[in-house]
Amino acid sequence: MGGLAEFELVEGDDGKTVLTLSGPYLVSSVGAIDQDLRALEGPIERIDLSDVSEIDTVGAWLACSISSQHDAEITGASDRAKRLLGALEGISSDEEISAPRAPFWERVPEAMGDKVFGARRGVYGVVGFLGALLLSMGSLIRHPKRFRWLALVRQLELVGVSALPIIGLMSFLIGVVIAQQGAVQLAQFGAETLTVNLVGRITLRELGVLMTAIMVAGRSGSAFAAQIGTMRLTEEVDAMQTIGISPMEALVVPRIMAAVLMMPLLGFYAAGVAIVGGAFVGQFMLGIPFWTFLSRIQDVVPLHDLWVGLVKAPVFGLIVALAGCYHGMQVKGNSEEVGRRTTMAVVTGIFAVIVIDAFFAVFFTEVGWG
Amino acid sequence: MAQDETGRELGRHERYRGDYPIVVEGLTNAFGEQVVHQDLDLKVKRGEILGVVGGSGTGKSVLMRSIIGLQRPTEGDIHVFGRSVIDSDPEEDIGIRNRWGVLFQGGALFSTLTVGENVEVPLKQFYPDIEPDLRHEIARYKVVLSGLPEEAVNKYPSELSGGMKKRAGLARALALDPELLFLDEPTAGLDPIGAAAFDNLTRELKETLGLTVFLITHDLDTLHEICDRVAVLADKQVIAVDTVPNLMELDHPWIQDYFNGPRGRAALTAQALDELRRHMDEPVAAHAVKALDKANSKKDKA
Ligand SMILES: Nc1ncnc2c1ncn2[C@@H]1O[C@H](COP(=O)(O)OP(=O)(O)O)[C@@H](O)[C@H]1O
Ligand SMILES: [Mg+2]
Repeated sequence: MGGLAEFELVEGDDGKTVLTLSGPYLVSSVGAIDQDLRALEGPIERIDLSDVSEIDTVGAWLACSISSQHDAEITGASDRAKRLLGALEGISSDEEISAPRAPFWERVPEAMGDKVFGARRGVYGVVGFLGALLLSMGSLIRHPKRFRWLALVRQLELVGVSALPIIGLMSFLIGVVIAQQGAVQLAQFGAETLTVNLVGRITLRELGVLMTAIMVAGRSGSAFAAQIGTMRLTEEVDAMQTIGISPMEALVVPRIMAAVLMMPLLGFYAAGVAIVGGAFVGQFMLGIPFWTFLSRIQDVVPLHDLWVGLVKAPVFGLIVALAGCYHGMQVKGNSEEVGRRTTMAVVTGIFAVIVIDAFFAVFFTEVGWG
Repeated sequence: MAQDETGRELGRHERYRGDYPIVVEGLTNAFGEQVVHQDLDLKVKRGEILGVVGGSGTGKSVLMRSIIGLQRPTEGDIHVFGRSVIDSDPEEDIGIRNRWGVLFQGGALFSTLTVGENVEVPLKQFYPDIEPDLRHEIARYKVVLSGLPEEAVNKYPSELSGGMKKRAGLARALALDPELLFLDEPTAGLDPIGAAAFDNLTRELKETLGLTVFLITHDLDTLHEICDRVAVLADKQVIAVDTVPNLMELDHPWIQDYFNGPRGRAALTAQALDELRRHMDEPVAAHAVKALDKANSKKDKA
């Protein structure tokens, strides 16, 4: 068995300084001695390889670079070593391994500039994407035969039906928490019965739809971005285009329609389940019978609260799906980009939903649906 | 094996000296109902370039994946460097994974790393005690050895052409100075000149580095030019392993179609022309080959 790579500086027969290398000079063994070898003080006039038991390109490379560093000749090389040395001869490269990188005083302003221009490009991109979406919607209306019903149904299932359990559970718990916490606070005024108003109005008007939109962004917005992004990486989107299939029509429209159609249903469902959750709390903690709680909802919640929720829901669905598809279509280059774009799809989707929700809140109050 | 003070194995110091670095015995691979290999045997000799041919979907890639332990066979034994690869997880260290290099069909370069960093990955993984300076140098000369221009080291895979990606994949496969090299259709998708250059490179590297090469290919020129032996995959088995001229004598229908079809003959003619050129003047050689070819096609018609 090989042992260790070793070296020694000796006086040769001819009075020259000889560096004798011995043992295996392999990628697995040179790591230990590489630094010492390079730190050797010259002059070295000859490098003797006759005691080297095994050598590979890494060992040969090391011998080569020592020899050129000290301008020493190499002797005693075996046939294999000679062949390796021959192959490595003339390769001297000082190219950086990592991608070129500017110094940091250039990098920081550059990154800021990139952000600014990137934001502008992003706005152009989103507007352009919306335009393309409207155009392909238009052409689909003119040529309804091209519409992909199967894809739409599939997406309806993925976005809507398969989200029912998780959204139901989430909403139920939210209803429970609102009712329970609300009751504790309202009890201070002796107004526990107003818990019904609290739960009914806040879930139908705000939380049902908002939480559903956040859940859909996390479940489906991210899935849209990752799917479309991966298809871009594998050139599937390009392949579609060359075959004459518009990726907008085949990929984006069904997903966006699915989200727009499903969000009102999911939002209403979420609000309903949350109210049921509140009713449970009413039954077991507040002494309001379950059915009484539900029938009180009809009396205390104005109908326009339901409309507020139902108007907001498709808009939220549109925003979430747009963010997912837009970022998916922006992917290019490598797999890291898919991850980055998926994150951005979820973050921008949720953020935009919350901002728009604030506008809606003010708007509906102003028009008298307060 | 020698141990350093931390008790870690210092790694291999000895090349494989046996005759057959790869031995496959009674290999059966099935995906559900679909049987890809049935009782397949194959031995690869040390120091040869073994070409592996077979129609599309005959399981060439699956055979390679089984040998490198990525695909657990349904049945059979596979020994690489005398050690079984069957009963080990792909992540488990069985002391041979640093002794082979693999070039996957699609290149499989890490897309978030530059070419140079790609080559460094196996080095970092197996030999963390190599200093960064030396590691960078190794990565650079491996890239140059694989026939890429020096500037390619800091390019990302998405910035390379198909042929350059193949070479970058080869550089990564060679990162650890392996004894065994697996190439899955390395010249597929390359232009003829690029393919010929890649063939020469494979041959040259095999000679200088003393490699054993397991080469899956569809390229008849590659088979004629650089393969020492060729294994033919058909009917779920390796039906023959031999030199190309010997294979052409066999009268299995697929082998006949493959080597003696129009493309097979063209490759053969090209090789004969090359051979003759070495001994005669160009016009004479071309004339001789034309005559030979005519005689051949007449024989076919008869
Ligand atoms: N992971 C897998 N699951 C199911 N079938 C597979 C899988 N990998 C390969 N196959 C099947 O095995 C057969 C051989 O595939 P492959 O080895 O890739 O062919 P080739 O000889 O063209 O490289 C094909 O018919 C393929 O459908
Ligand atoms: Mg294959």
